[in-house]
Formats: sequence, C-alpha cells, structure tokens
Amino acid sequence: MLAIQVLINALVLGCLYACIAIGFSLVWGVLNVINLIHGSFIVLGAYLAWGAYNALGLSPWYSLLIAAPSFFVFGYLLQRLLLNRVITAPVLVTLTLTFGLDLILNNAMIYYFKADYRKLILNPPTGSVSIFDVVVPVDRLIATASALALTFLLYLLLRRSKVGRAIVAVRLDRDAAVLMGVNVKSIYAVAFGLGAALAGCAGVLMALIFPISPLTSSAYLGKAFVVCVLGGLGSVSGALAGGLLLALVEGVGSVYLGPAHAVTLSFVLLIIFLVVRPQGLLGRKGFE
Amino acid sequence: MTRTNIALLVLIACVAALPLFGDAYAMRLGTMACMYAIFALSWNIVGGFAGYPSFATAAFFGLGAYTTGILMNKGVPLSVSLLGALVLCLVLAAALGAVLLRLRGHYFAIASLSLVEVFRELVNNATDLTGGGMGLNIPLVSGSSVLSDATFFFYAMWGLLLLTALVVIAVSASKLGFGLNCIRQNETASNMVGLNSTLHKAVAFGLSACFVGAAGGLYAAWVHYIDPSDVFDILYSVKPIVMALMGGLGSPLGVVCGAFVYLGLEEVVWRNYIQIHSGVLGVLIILLLLFLPHGLISLHASKIWRGLFGRKAKHV
Repeated sequence: MLAIQVLINALVLGCLYACIAIGFSLVWGVLNVINLIHGSFIVLGAYLAWGAYNALGLSPWYSLLIAAPSFFVFGYLLQRLLLNRVITAPVLVTLTLTFGLDLILNNAMIYYFKADYRKLILNPPTGSVSIFDVVVPVDRLIATASALALTFLLYLLLRRSKVGRAIVAVRLDRDAAVLMGVNVKSIYAVAFGLGAALAGCAGVLMALIFPISPLTSSAYLGKAFVVCVLGGLGSVSGALAGGLLLALVEGVGSVYLGPAHAVTLSFVLLIIFLVVRPQGLLGRKGFE
Repeated sequence: MTRTNIALLVLIACVAALPLFGDAYAMRLGTMACMYAIFALSWNIVGGFAGYPSFATAAFFGLGAYTTGILMNKGVPLSVSLLGALVLCLVLAAALGAVLLRLRGHYFAIASLSLVEVFRELVNNATDLTGGGMGLNIPLVSGSSVLSDATFFFYAMWGLLLLTALVVIAVSASKLGFGLNCIRQNETASNMVGLNSTLHKAVAFGLSACFVGAAGGLYAAWVHYIDPSDVFDILYSVKPIVMALMGGLGSPLGVVCGAFVYLGLEEVVWRNYIQIHSGVLGVLIILLLLFLPHGLISLHASKIWRGLFGRKAKHV
C-alpha cells in the first residue's frame, strides 16, 4: 500500500514539477538563455494568488486569469527592453544578467512581503479523498489537473497557432526562420513572455499547496534545472517526463533514505544525467 | 613577465602597507579585499583563461571552510588544516573537473551550480561531523587582542593572495595557460592538434578551487563560526564573476582591480542601504553588463583622454 501511495504522490507532484519547469525549458530552448529569474516569478505568482484571495476574496482560479496576461506583459517587456540587447552575447553575460534581475525582484519581494512564510488557506478547506488506504488531498488534485491543463494549452499553442509555429521554427533553426520572414526579436520576446506567464500560473498553483516566501525561489529554480536536464530540453513531453522522474526519485528517496537526502539525491542525479545523457530522457531537437 | 603582471604584483604589495595606518575596521576590509581578489583570480583561471562559466566557487569555499573547521576542532593546528583544505580541494576539484568540464556552455554552468547544492546538502545532513544546520564553532587561534588578531588574519589572507597571484602569473606564462587559451578559442581544433584538453581543464579546475578552499579555511578560522547557508552561499559563486566582468575578463590585473572596486561598492551599499543591498547589487550587475561589457581594463587612458578632449586619433 505504501508503494501505491508513493506512486500516486509522485504522479501528483510530478505534474506540478513539470508545470514549474516548462516555462524555464521554453526560454532555455528557444532563447538559449538560462533564466535565473524564473524562481522569483513563481514566488511572485504565489503572492499574487495569496493577495488576491486574502484582500479581494478572489479564488485562485481567477488569479490564474490575472496572472497569465500580467506576467506575459512583464516578461515581454523585460525581453524587449533588456535581454534582447545582450541575446547574442556569450552564456556568461545572459546568465549573469538574469541573475541581476533575480536579485532585484527577490529583494523587492523581501522588502514588501517580508521573509515570513505565509500560506494561502482556502476556506472552507477542500479536504481529501481516500480510496482504500491511499490518501490524496483534493487541493493537490485540483492543482495537478490545472498544471496538466496548462501544459496541454502550451502544447496546443506551439502546435496549432501561427505564433507557436514561429517559436518552434526559431528554436529549430534561427537563420532559416529569419529567411522565412519571422521577426526573431519579437518571437524571443513572446517566448520569454510565455515563460513568465507559465511561471506566474505555476506560482498560483504552488500557493495552494506550499508555503510562500521569497526565500523559496531558489528551490523552485533548482527543481526547474533538474526537470529540464532529466527530461530533455525544450519539449513539452520532456518536461512531463522529467517532472515525473524527479518526483518519483524524491518520493522513493524520502521513504528509503529520509527526506533530508531527497534534495541531494536529485542533484546527484542531475549531475549524472548531465554527464551521461545530456539530452535527457526524451531529448529531441524540436519543440513541439 | 609582462607589464600588467608587474603592475599586479605592485598593487598587491601596496595592499600590504595597510596595517601601517589602519584600525581594526580597515583590517577587516583589507582581509575581505584579499579574499575577494583570491576568488576573482581563481575564477579567472577557469572562467577567463579557459572560458568555462564556472559557478563552483562557493562549493570549494564552503568545502575548505568545513575541512579546516573540522580539522581544527580535532586539535590540528591552523597551518596544517589550511594545507589539508588546499590539498583536498585541489584533488577533488581536479577529479570532478575531469568529468564536469566535458560539458559545455549552459550545461557546465548548471552542473557547477548544482555542485554547490550537493555540497551544501551533504554538509547539512552529516550532522555528526559538521553540526549540520546548527553550524560549527571553530576554536580561537591567537586571541590576544582584537587588533593583533585582525592583523594576523589580514597578513595570512594577504600571503595567500600573493601566492595565488604568483601561481596565476606562472600559469598564464606557461604552456598550461597557452593551452587554456587555445581551449577557449576553439576546443575542437585544439583537440585536433593534439592538446590533451581534459588534462588541461582538470588541472585548471583544481588550481581554481584550491586557493578558494584555503581562503575558505582562513575565513572559518577568522570568523570562528560557520554554517552551511553562510559558506555555501551562491553569492560567493556569482561575486567573482561580477568582479571579473567589472575588471575585465581574462586579465589578472583587471580582475583584481575589479575585486577591489566591487568590495568598495559593496561596502558603501551595505552600510547605507542594508535593506535593499542585494537589489542595488542587481542594478549594478545589469548596468555593468549593458554599458561596460569589457570591464574597467577596457577603459584605456588614451580613450578617456580622447573622450574628454574630443580629439580623434589618426591611426587606430
């Protein structure tokens, strides 16, 4: 029974991890930028849900509708005004630039929200369902379903819409995309905006489950790293596979080695994957 | 020896005169300046010479600090503990480097970042040895007076800086430095002409880690108390990069100047705007990257002259 519980937990958590990582993966894949501000975007999204619920009484589902466009605009402008200037520079420059942005955003959040841990407490509570001896909290189930829905929406967008096809084209071959009349700078900004919007929505979902504090941003970022490397860069299915694998490893590791070692285990796995199989489980060139 | 290397040694020699006209606060700043310069010089071996964006500085800083702390708690004298930290970091980094430096670009950056996480979590969980999250107390070394203590650690750190600078200069003048330059410019081509790039990179990574580890050991003995979130702070990995970018990537003199300028800025911001100091650091990083991408060293005197008086050189 324990094994089934661990499996179910991994399934639920894995979808959330995929949702955390997918925006990061999109930005890394398309722009070739490691977006260190991603973790802080997630926390900001969580604060948005928390504030909207406590101050305005808005349920987190409506917060999703606010978070997506506002984060998109924020990310779009950030890329247009700042990151596009250095997009052709070496790895070190873009990485350090996003680190600087992250310092600013994180410091601003500590300044305004303080470093206290907060929690979005739904009233009335949603409770939990138990089938035989397997217990799953309902709020986790809802968050997982929403995470899956968001992931599927991104898949559809990249697959069916014109702008999505342009993003995939830029990812596959930037020069050929330019020759086909794609405005690369604007596609970069759209992709970064999408990444930010996904981070914001992931943050809203995280607020349902985890405590909120600016200090948690690096943990989210770390998860995004691991998921991207495990699953393979730049594909929706890769992020899902990576998320599920990470959640499974963490779950099994927590049971057999103790939860304190789960993080160590996940990063050791990351380094092993980087060395042995850098393209990840489902690594392919295209972003579908 | 080139002119800039002589200038570097002269600069370091000037720093040694600090105790002649400094109080304990100036000594503390001086010790920090030497520590930052060690970071920057060490990072420059991998990041500047070989062109690999390493984020592993904090990992070896923390490892050195904990090695020294644990050894000193077992009654080993400071000098031997420091040597132990140096050798451990050298060997471990060379071994890890041989594996990790096969990765390029973003992948290497992420792997070196995760190294910090792994080391921190290992130290956090090995409570019996390291005290875990409770931290580790380190016995006092001399403890005669505040100022003599400060002077002792200043000279110790300064000596380590001098050693680092000499090794870096030796590396840059040697075949190893030449090989690292080749790797930065085109690794595949340098492999083709018979350069053992794995060996070069492993040695470079080991050298860039060992002095950072010894500096971590000195830091631990200096502050008497360390805990994982302090010495494995990811900011220790990022600061050397900012210093190097500020001073001028690849130039030992540049990165040391960058370290000193950075410390000055950090101290001013920290003293005046404690609540927003990391945000100000972020703004600084962004301005630096956008407007001075090649560092202070790129500001040649002649350029400033021309900028001030508007004369254009006939031959460029």
